[in-house]
Amino acid sequence: MTLSLPTLHAVLAMGIATYLTRIAGLWVLRHVTLTPRVRAGLDAVPVAVLTAVITPMVFMTGPAEALAGLATALAAFRLPILAVVAVGVVSVVGLRALIG
Amino acid sequence: MRESWASEFTRGVATILPVAMAVTPFALIFGALAAQKGLSPLEVGLMSGLVFAGASQFVAVDIWQHPAPWLVLGFTALTINLRHVMMGASIARHMGRFSAASRYVSLYFLADEIWALAERRASVTTLTPGYFLGLGVTLYLGWIGLTVSGALAGSALGDPERFGFDFVFTAIFIALIVGFWRGYRTGVIVAASAAVAALTHLLVPGPWYILAGGLAGIATGAAFMAEDVEEQAA
Repeated sequence: MTLSLPTLHAVLAMGIATYLTRIAGLWVLRHVTLTPRVRAGLDAVPVAVLTAVITPMVFMTGPAEALAGLATALAAFRLPILAVVAVGVVSVVGLRALIG
Repeated sequence: MRESWASEFTRGVATILPVAMAVTPFALIFGALAAQKGLSPLEVGLMSGLVFAGASQFVAVDIWQHPAPWLVLGFTALTINLRHVMMGASIARHMGRFSAASRYVSLYFLADEIWALAERRASVTTLTPGYFLGLGVTLYLGWIGLTVSGALAGSALGDPERFGFDFVFTAIFIALIVGFWRGYRTGVIVAASAAVAALTHLLVPGPWYILAGGLAGIATGAAFMAEDVEEQAA
């Protein structure tokens, strides 16, 4: 169990930077008037951000990942989350073996 | 009052548990990769506890050197986690029941999965600090425990791609997106966000595609849904 000083500094820098991004939204809200348009934009945040995060994996890696993404989405309309993850993982492994 | 706090907390724990289970292989693999880069289990636990943001931790371990370059690692974490600003602004609107102090404590746990489940909760009923902390504390403790376990197990775990574990987060996020589905408008936001994220990912190195795609989706939502609100008012 070792802890080096440069590692501690790096982890602290990462932690402080990340916490600032987490609380910055409070300051943004304080300086923005919640018009219907702003409200509609904020309502879109979950779908917009989650989609952007997975775009390289689903749409830019290959046909196996794209098809597995589609299978996962279809499963997500009917199944609980743990089953959805199982469908995703199993289909990506199978499709990678089949079509690479 | 205390009982209702406890029941809200328990409800949050129960909601996040399946997600925490799905994240398990990912956390173990992160710990193993960090150990391969020469981080001790203590250092892995410290990073998971202080940063608590999977994507940025993976990237940090990927570019890790000895001695650790704190400025590069701090700046990288900042850019990867800039999406938190949008997420925080959105969820903070639903923190009317939170004291100022509990907002700052709760937002420490603003990880993607916790935030998405809190948004879903807020879309059906009032979001409470108890529920949010039930989500947050559970995944937080799980993430620390599992990443440290991964570091202790070391390289025995192997390559994440072999078992499709690299697809776990993608599958969770797809499930969360579907949970937010509200007809064709959601599809338009998905299309705008994915198109701009893909284009940015092709043209600009680094994690900027998340910010660009996210902003494109937000702009699209602002255009489409505000129009809808005006139609209803007319």
